[in-house]
Amino acid sequence: MLDQTLTEQLTSLKNGDYSSYELTDAYIKNIEKHRDLNCYISLNEKALEEAKRADLLRSKKEMKPLLGIPIAHKDIFCENEVKTTAGSKMLENFLSPYDATVVSKLREAGAVSIGKTNMDEFAMGSSNETSFFGPVKNPWDESRVPGGSSGGSAAAVSARLCSAATGTDTGGSIRQPASFCGITGLKPTYGRVSRWGMIAYASSLDQAGPMAISAEDCAIILREMSGYDEKDSTSSKLQVADYTSLISKPIDRVKIGIFRPLMEDLDTRVGKLLEETIRELEKNGVSFVEIELPNFGFAIPAYYVIAPAECSANLSRYDGVRFGYRCDNPIDLKDLYQRSRTEGLGREVKNRIMAGTFALTAGYYDAYYNKAQQVRRLIKNDFVEAFKKVDAIIAPTTPSAAFRLGEKSNRQKEMYLQDIYTTSANLAGLPALSMPAGFLNNLPIGAQLIGNYFDERLILSIAHLYQTQTDWHLTRPGKKE
Amino acid sequence: MNHSNWEAVIGLEIHVQLSTNSKIFSASSTAFGAEPNDQANEIDLGLPGTLPAVNSGIFPKAIAFGICIDANISKTSRFDRKNYFYPDLPKGYQITQMEIPIVTNGKIEIKPITGGSKTIRINRAHLEEDAGKSIHGLIPNMTGIDLNRAGIPLLEIVSEPDMRNAEEAEIYAKSIHQLVTYLSISDGNMAEGSFRCDANVSVRNRGETVLGVRTETKNINSFKFLKNAINYEIDRQITILESGAKVEQETRLYDSVKNETRPMRSKETATDYRYFPEPDLLPVVLDEAYIEEIRLTLPELPTQKKDRYSQDYDLNEEEVFFLSNDLDLAEYFEECVRLTGDAKQSANWLKGEMASRLSKHEITIREAPVSANNLSRIIIRIADGTISSKIGKKIFSAIWENNGMEVDHLIEEKNLSQVSDENELQMIVSEIIRNNPKQVKQFLDGKGKLLGYFVGLVMKETSGKANPKQLNELILKRLNSEKKTSP
Repeated sequence: MLDQTLTEQLTSLKNGDYSSYELTDAYIKNIEKHRDLNCYISLNEKALEEAKRADLLRSKKEMKPLLGIPIAHKDIFCENEVKTTAGSKMLENFLSPYDATVVSKLREAGAVSIGKTNMDEFAMGSSNETSFFGPVKNPWDESRVPGGSSGGSAAAVSARLCSAATGTDTGGSIRQPASFCGITGLKPTYGRVSRWGMIAYASSLDQAGPMAISAEDCAIILREMSGYDEKDSTSSKLQVADYTSLISKPIDRVKIGIFRPLMEDLDTRVGKLLEETIRELEKNGVSFVEIELPNFGFAIPAYYVIAPAECSANLSRYDGVRFGYRCDNPIDLKDLYQRSRTEGLGREVKNRIMAGTFALTAGYYDAYYNKAQQVRRLIKNDFVEAFKKVDAIIAPTTPSAAFRLGEKSNRQKEMYLQDIYTTSANLAGLPALSMPAGFLNNLPIGAQLIGNYFDERLILSIAHLYQTQTDWHLTRPGKKE
Repeated sequence: MNHSNWEAVIGLEIHVQLSTNSKIFSASSTAFGAEPNDQANEIDLGLPGTLPAVNSGIFPKAIAFGICIDANISKTSRFDRKNYFYPDLPKGYQITQMEIPIVTNGKIEIKPITGGSKTIRINRAHLEEDAGKSIHGLIPNMTGIDLNRAGIPLLEIVSEPDMRNAEEAEIYAKSIHQLVTYLSISDGNMAEGSFRCDANVSVRNRGETVLGVRTETKNINSFKFLKNAINYEIDRQITILESGAKVEQETRLYDSVKNETRPMRSKETATDYRYFPEPDLLPVVLDEAYIEEIRLTLPELPTQKKDRYSQDYDLNEEEVFFLSNDLDLAEYFEECVRLTGDAKQSANWLKGEMASRLSKHEITIREAPVSANNLSRIIIRIADGTISSKIGKKIFSAIWENNGMEVDHLIEEKNLSQVSDENELQMIVSEIIRNNPKQVKQFLDGKGKLLGYFVGLVMKETSGKANPKQLNELILKRLNSEKKTSP
């Protein structure tokens, strides 16, 4: 049953092939077996109870869309009664008194919450190496990183340690690990999913989304997790589409844009895989045209000003006063602040807080923060123009397949360039997904589809079409089972 | 120190607590006086993952204020984050409006006591959340944090430096207070912190156009303290400048016990607040129709009320000012007029008996033990002759001291109604005239002042309950008849 996609599991549960209890128990056993992957920070002790309750509901014919499906949450989503750490020593023992909207919505949809997945500290990182709880290992090659920041979720889906997982994506944190782990991951339009209860990194860029084996699986989770939430003023009131029923509808005369300069700079092997993806889609009636995205190259610098600026304020609340880590025997208020934050926060997080603080400082604000916001508007306008001509845009997700643990941890610029193809969708607020598109030296690599605002349906449909023709997404890592 | 060479320049920042049931960004109650942290939920505590959601009740209040000071109402305004670390600031930033406030470029007319009028320009009024409170001394060797105030909605009203002395500043502050209470956008309760002033004061040579170095004295919560603090600052700065030294730009605190200001933090440690747009909130977009609707439903304003009182009631200018100055008093007065139909008597009672009692007990009309209903009964019973005005005052006093009594019940119970029965009065008068032949003779010989002597005797006999007007007539009639019968 662990070989099945979430969609197939729903059918099996419905047919009574096995119970949610059996399914959940199988995942828990598999998690035990793969402890070395370090995918989970904590497990939900009540998961089996929840599964039993789901079975009971099913026996009473009380159906829900995700009834009995074990889903893992990135440890950035607050969940009552389970620790929420954000991968940081600062929140090592933090118990939230409330559930994130994503958590409560998926619970209402019947999902079983199986545990909280490992992540880069406060979602800052592209390799999962900044986690206070140690790095996650890539199930395809344990000497390699799973990507980040939602690395625990991606590796857990890939290693079949849950049916699906939630992630968050600020600059590529769902798509990059999805590419490295060979799964499907979607970052929705900014505002599609409520951010309530999701620990903030960069508020204007953060967006939660589904990570699963297939686009079909992502569609059903996305439908259940989306929607307006009065607790998040930036969430959209636009009605949520029924992605699940729309996904298999034939897509007519779809035109996808290619930004050529992007392909030219690319590692030729990655470029070749992408060309093959394009050919496969062409065979299925999708046409491709070239588009211009003149400001694409400025996305990384703009991102690495805006995201740190917002994070410098968002992380001010971790001051040792009300909750979280507090240093021993502070001598005065300043000492309490300084040592609690110095000891409680990791190096990368402190780097970004410093960079963001600098960017907002009087005298530098115009040159950095304001300039970055202007660039952001230009990037957004480029996309708006492009979407007048095309329905979606194809791009690589990552410049390469998964790199080795420790390989880039001291090369900050190289690490930041991991996000080169992903950040522009966050800056523009557009939906984008990564789908498995092949292998390089036995390591999976993804292709990225960027959609128009609130048109998650189309990129999911394209990915689904592709996945009906290919089985990259169904290939499982290793022979260690 | 020779003040005549110097000119003070004063600007005020006034923090007005907007009257809402829940906080600006959370559903927590804003009620005053709860146990520490009883009114602080996960948003007020700044717990990870929480987000602010604006209480839309604040917008019409800010707009109404903006309309009344003839200001520009921003069609699109925005919230910003103001970053600084402080234990009672849970998020490490305050959500405020820095770049585009909801209200800009207004003005208000003030009327200094010396006469005339002066326009004070108001630079801006912006919406923001209050911080919590640090409590020192409650827990040994520790500072307590009470976050009940954190997230209370504030309208910060920033004037231009248009005031030139403490009296003007005081009158300006009182005018703003009057306006916000008239609009019911704030309860204006200064003791509970609903109305707090920061005073920016600088001094320069008279005739100079460049501003001097200013100090900011923060969190002044009474008009008297405001005046004292400004006067202290003016004197202090003049003394420094006359000694040839320079005034330090700094933030100061007013100590009302010692009546002095002292430094809180100096410019050296001044914070860079690193303002930037609040990404968790959408811009505030207002359309003209919404603003117009608020304009059309504004309550009666102080000047309108004054005009109406002068027109509708037979009151002098001083009475009109007294009655309309404070909205609570005005409402009390209007209730009395409604119940008695007698504006003049209502005004007399409020300006006399009520005002002296209120100032004696240092309470407001809201706290007065005599209700408008009770005062009206007293006025009515005097007008219909049931009691004398002297008894009326006794009843007023009795109710004041024994809160909650009812006028008519009191008149009956204590047998206080006037003796108006002519036969009964005549008997008493006859007896008194009989017993005082000497005085009767003197009266008849032309000593008219003795009338009061007879009235006093009758009053004594009736314990003051005789109807004075009726009594005067009776005594005169009786004495005049003595005249006719005397040889």
